[in-house]
Amino acid sequence: MTHAARRGNATFGVLLVLIGVAIAILNAVALRPGAGTQWTQRTEHVHTLEDGTEVRWTEHEAVSVKEGREMAAADQDAAPLLSRTLGLWGAAILTLCIFSFLLGDNPLYKAAEAIVVGASAAYWMVIGFWETMVPNLIAGLFPEWTRSNFMPRLSEDASVDFLLLIPLALSVLLLLRLAPKIGWISRWPTAFIIGVFCGLRFISSLEADFLSQIGPTIKPLIVIGENGFDLESSFSNIVLVLGTLACLVYFFFSVEHKGAIGKVARSGIWMLMITFGAAFGYTVMGRIALLAGRFEFLFDDWLWLIDPKDAHPAQAFLQTIAPMLM
Amino acid sequence: MLKRTIPMLLAMAAGIVMILAYFFPWLTPLQDQTTVWFNILAAVAFILGGGNLLKVHLKKVSDRREGWAYSMITLAAFVGVLVIGLFKLGVNPLDDFPAQRMAGDFRAEGSGFWYVYEYVFAPLTATIFSMLAFYVASAAFRAFRAKNFEAILLLSTAFVILLGRTAAGVFLTDFLPEEGMLANFRLENLTVWIMNNPVTAGNRAIMIGIALGTASVSLKILLGVDRSYLGGGD
Amino acid sequence: MYEFLRDLDRRVIFSLMALAVAVPILLQFTPPEKATPIVRDAFETIEALDEGDRVYMAFDFDPASAGELQPMATAFVRHACEKKLKIYFTALWPVGPQFIKNAERDVISRDFPDMVYGEDFVDLGFKTGNEGVIKLVSNDLRTQYPQDARGTPIDDIPMMESVASIRDFDVIMNVSAGYPGTKEWVQYAVASAPDDVKLVAGCTGVQAPLLYPYYPQQLSGLLAAIKGAAEYESLLLGKYGRENEPGIYQEGLRRMAPQLSGHILMVGLIFVGNLVYFMARKRGEA
Repeated sequence: MTHAARRGNATFGVLLVLIGVAIAILNAVALRPGAGTQWTQRTEHVHTLEDGTEVRWTEHEAVSVKEGREMAAADQDAAPLLSRTLGLWGAAILTLCIFSFLLGDNPLYKAAEAIVVGASAAYWMVIGFWETMVPNLIAGLFPEWTRSNFMPRLSEDASVDFLLLIPLALSVLLLLRLAPKIGWISRWPTAFIIGVFCGLRFISSLEADFLSQIGPTIKPLIVIGENGFDLESSFSNIVLVLGTLACLVYFFFSVEHKGAIGKVARSGIWMLMITFGAAFGYTVMGRIALLAGRFEFLFDDWLWLIDPKDAHPAQAFLQTIAPMLM
Repeated sequence: MLKRTIPMLLAMAAGIVMILAYFFPWLTPLQDQTTVWFNILAAVAFILGGGNLLKVHLKKVSDRREGWAYSMITLAAFVGVLVIGLFKLGVNPLDDFPAQRMAGDFRAEGSGFWYVYEYVFAPLTATIFSMLAFYVASAAFRAFRAKNFEAILLLSTAFVILLGRTAAGVFLTDFLPEEGMLANFRLENLTVWIMNNPVTAGNRAIMIGIALGTASVSLKILLGVDRSYLGGGD
Repeated sequence: MYEFLRDLDRRVIFSLMALAVAVPILLQFTPPEKATPIVRDAFETIEALDEGDRVYMAFDFDPASAGELQPMATAFVRHACEKKLKIYFTALWPVGPQFIKNAERDVISRDFPDMVYGEDFVDLGFKTGNEGVIKLVSNDLRTQYPQDARGTPIDDIPMMESVASIRDFDVIMNVSAGYPGTKEWVQYAVASAPDDVKLVAGCTGVQAPLLYPYYPQQLSGLLAAIKGAAEYESLLLGKYGRENEPGIYQEGLRRMAPQLSGHILMVGLIFVGNLVYFMARKRGEA
């Protein structure tokens, strides 16, 4: 592709985002006033500490626009929240930025992609820290300190678990991988991880994926039901049993696939093709469902074109013209 | 010694404990203990991942390599989310412990971390994966060719599944009776049959193959035959 | 015509796909659903439980697959609530807990406000370790989860009393987007005690065919892709449907409309693609 053509594509991508946002603003101002607004119900918390200082905060709980308006009318503390409304608009714009890649690579897509990479790495790090490191490691080694800082509900008579020094040491060694000179020491914890992993896998794969698969494959090829010979079940069982065997023969590479073996192996391929065809069908199904999910977000939460969750004012003109169209 | 033998012995010991505990139940406490450590180390792997990302992108920025501006964005997002999460910005204290701000739930609705999830992480990752619907359509148009019998089998199965798993299947074969032999050929029933028989057969064979492969690779590593996981060098 | 199709810009195909998915969503029609046996089995497994039985609800997915799996997660939680089962939420995917919170907010506190945290449901949160976590909860759940996600020691949680391992649960309900997920639950939890541990799962389309060999011995029932979700929703609707059924309980059913047109488009694209191929062969171009 020439440089100019690529730039042309980039322009299309950026235009998609800009036009999308322009339409959304027009929609939210003129067609469906307030589209994309996020409402919350507020609860004030006030606590007086032992030393007399006062701690207060406001808790926000998301409510739908409809509920919010009803609550506000009934003098309950509900109102639109600017930060969440901006958040939702930001999310919608980021969604368009990603979609813009379809029309060509462009700076907006690249920026959105860069955000995903950075944000997800940090996201996982934070979760690993607060949800495993703190409760499963730090709380066991320093119970008192953890209780007074992070986990006040921890039992007061929790004792120190000295065995946890071992994973602590292994953790430190693993992190040394980031240091260039002594990075090799991280092989120790890595080897430990791989050893455990192999040990787990060895048993589980043999047990669940090998031994347990043999039983359900041994089925009668001729099924005699209450009314005598059952053609349908017999045929199904033949396909299942012989199909599995044929595929296994195909996977068996120690013998040359010639003669009778070759014929069986070929029918194994047919069975695998059917398998892959089904896998393709299901994959397509999955992908379309994900896209539908994103479109529903844009049409429902952002633009208020539809209202399947009965959440905002029903001004969906498409809903009213749909019966006429049909 | 330090670089190869000890790690190899460590892997063997850890793996063999996991396997032996299956046969000798009195080893189960040792197996559980090992698993606890394994699970903690998995959390460290998340931190390592973040550290690696930081290293790569800092290098890219300092070398002013092509696209370093995007690396800046990545770094900003990384540091931003890290600070929000680790310092629990915007987190409300627990009602029964109002004095301990750091004890609050960092995932709770309204916290800084929740904002990151709801308005950045979730929409972005969901949209990236939804794009595959477009590419799978384009690939289907260009690459799916009925070149031989095998390809025809694959395509016709895909057709049956795609149609049979929606209302289209019911509509197309509505002329067939609901009972009796012919009912098996109604697309929605045919789909169920395909999944329960040929597809199960094919996947079961694949499953058995992978299981045997996994077991033999695991055994090779645990017996020290395969040492590729130790990397090259000394 | 032939040249037009041969040189078709892929952006045209993109636009067709966008329309095929967008238009049915905007028109908001919902095709009817009839449950297949594998989904019915999942439903009946839960139906067979008694009030107060324990379900281990494992949310192993993330926003990237929520389009397919959120309806299943919602349906599973709703079913457990309708049956008055005790729900133990966990997650093996880092983002899973966010969906636990959504379920608490959108299903439990909205439609089942009588349920009490710690007595009727508990959030054990996320733990790192993938299958390591499954292995450990199969032997010793209390070591893996010393506290719940809110930092309360599990000894202080009423519904955790006499729960020692996965065997103490009546059913595992797993919503799975990949690794770790349903396959690992079969391999480690079900395999540890095939007679004691029952598993029903909802999974993405990509995983579904790979899980069929486990059914029905190791996997009591399976919701495969969005179609499975829609079927489960229709069963729930039939049994527990109420007037003005909230929209979140019909997400899967709704999504079958864009699914229908999307699938027809795919079949059409493959068909036309092959037409072009055969025309090219006839002209000696391929």
